[in-house]
Amino acid sequence: MRDTTAEGYVTADGRRIGGVLMEMRNITLRFGGVKAITDISFDIREGEIRAIIGPNGAGKSSMLNVISGFYVPQEGEVWFRGQRRPPMKPYQVARMGIARTFQNIALFEGMSVLDNVMTGRLTHVRSGILDQAIWWGRAEREEDEHRAKVERIIDFLEIQHIRKTPVARLPYGLKKRVELARALAAEPRLLLLDEPMAGMNVEEKEDMCRFILDVNDEFGTTICLIEHDMGVVMDLSDRVVVMDYGKKIGDGPPDEVRRSKAVIDAYLGVSHD
Amino acid sequence: MMPDVVFYTAEVMVNGLMAGVLYALVALGFVLIFKASGIFNYAQGVLALFAAMTLVGIQNGQVPFAHLVNAVFGTKVHHFGWTVPSLAAIALTALVMVGLAIAVERLVLRHLVNQEPIILFMATIGLAYFLEGLGDVMWGAEVKRLDVGLPQGMSGLIDEVTFNWFGYGFFIDRLDIAATAVAVALVVTLTLFSQYSKQGRALRAVADDHQAALSVGISLRFIWVLTWSIAGFVALVAGIMWGQKSGVQFSLSLIALKALPVLMLGGFTSIPGAIVGGLIIGMGEKLFEFFVGPMIGGATENWFAYVLALIFLVFRPQGLFGEKIIERV
Ligand SMILES: Nc1ncnc2c1ncn2[C@@H]1O[C@H](COP(=O)(O)OP(=O)(O)OP(=O)(O)O)[C@@H](O)[C@H]1O
Ligand SMILES: [Mg+2]
Repeated sequence: MRDTTAEGYVTADGRRIGGVLMEMRNITLRFGGVKAITDISFDIREGEIRAIIGPNGAGKSSMLNVISGFYVPQEGEVWFRGQRRPPMKPYQVARMGIARTFQNIALFEGMSVLDNVMTGRLTHVRSGILDQAIWWGRAEREEDEHRAKVERIIDFLEIQHIRKTPVARLPYGLKKRVELARALAAEPRLLLLDEPMAGMNVEEKEDMCRFILDVNDEFGTTICLIEHDMGVVMDLSDRVVVMDYGKKIGDGPPDEVRRSKAVIDAYLGVSHD
Repeated sequence: MMPDVVFYTAEVMVNGLMAGVLYALVALGFVLIFKASGIFNYAQGVLALFAAMTLVGIQNGQVPFAHLVNAVFGTKVHHFGWTVPSLAAIALTALVMVGLAIAVERLVLRHLVNQEPIILFMATIGLAYFLEGLGDVMWGAEVKRLDVGLPQGMSGLIDEVTFNWFGYGFFIDRLDIAATAVAVALVVTLTLFSQYSKQGRALRAVADDHQAALSVGISLRFIWVLTWSIAGFVALVAGIMWGQKSGVQFSLSLIALKALPVLMLGGFTSIPGAIVGGLIIGMGEKLFEFFVGPMIGGATENWFAYVLALIFLVFRPQGLFGEKIIERV
């Protein structure tokens, strides 16, 4: 049985989920007159795969953008590792160990796959310009370490064959995978994925599902992902937040959420009044 | 025996290449800022002027804002009474350029994030005239002599060697040789920096995609300060070369006008484009003046570069090394 106390819980397949890693409290986000998010609270636990689902325009991406600092909510608090997080720039959030991918892919199109994934290591690079000038050897050793880690991730995601290919030449599905590789290279504590499987064929989707599960399993990375495909969400996630028109209309394990009337109505397009 | 015209041509070409190096240097400053922030920095030429003025001021131990200080406090200070050695003065000027970069980010760029490119362009026009005024107020508006001890005058060695080999002595200014050496060193350093350093990598990332750069933990503000500092330093180098050649005065800021055709040729985002474009313009301009100039009354150097760039633009709008842009529909 599920035990959602402060200590966490054990999943059906025996994975141990820890305490709260990230908590959103009463988040409200407006764009002029449009309310993208209305008073939403939920948490993400250590080691968990947390999904956010909802119809188009529900505010899912906006929520991910709030977590990663790209949007600043007008109201509400963001708590990370037991501390309230002051308003932060995206690059500061990244340096706290939160990595992400984008719904419409943001890669460095002019760089090779390898260079793209290497940029994921930037938050871990210690040597600056001066170090490099003075301690050439040390900086070089550090570079080798980063390179080794990146190569491991490239192997892990099975993209060795395109290591040197300029990203601009890759098909969509592979680009998504490179973006995941870059996020993983940061060795994040929390990984945010905005529709990692959108626009993929069935085979690519299956691969991506496997990678997400493996990442969570092997590196113990906490993952929060947005996905449209209900089947995929059911297979992957431990708990699901359901959004509709900027409001939270469901939160719980997938099988429970799927049976909830509010969720069924939202997905079947029952009118709001 | 080769006809003399071959030697003349070769000599003109070599001199053109050397002038081209300077054009390339100025164009490089434009490209760096454009790549990192999408801003066409109208102030790049004034940046070179300001850097050169500051360098001369520091070298001569001038009191900055002397006129202003004297007017306000009724004093009569003009000079500290010391002179600063060239290398130290260059280092200090580089620091001033970094300070300027920080100020530009704090006072201007930061407030214009996400504005249209045309607004940012307008801001750099404002900046150009502000800097021009600031330079005059700080260091005085008179024409100044700049000398950092670079060799100058005809190279006797080259004259002699070429005379012995070909029976024709090449006239090449030693300052041009020095300028070329410095420019090459600068470009090599910049390339190494951008390929192999953490900051260089971050710089390339920002130039490629802002959103993605933010998501891997890069601070855009830091990168802006960095690029404006580098552009300031490149401007300083260009200012030194040009200033030593023809004195530090307002016309120095007009070298930016020489960089425009280079950018049209090389593309706004390509560093190799700026370099090759600079060399082509420098050489083309001198050759044209040499061969065609006399037939049409000379002074072709004022417009030839633009005409060349314009013709080129019609056939290759993406520049020398740019990829052909095909609009998706
Ligand atoms: N930068 C922005 N400026 C203005 N409005 C925005 C912005 N970003 C999102 N919105 C609005 O907020 C609402 C929620 O958008 P959001 O992208 O978060 O939805 P979503 O759930 O991710 O939808 P989808 O499934 O289509 O990706 C929409 O009405 C959208 O138009
Ligand atoms: Mg979305």
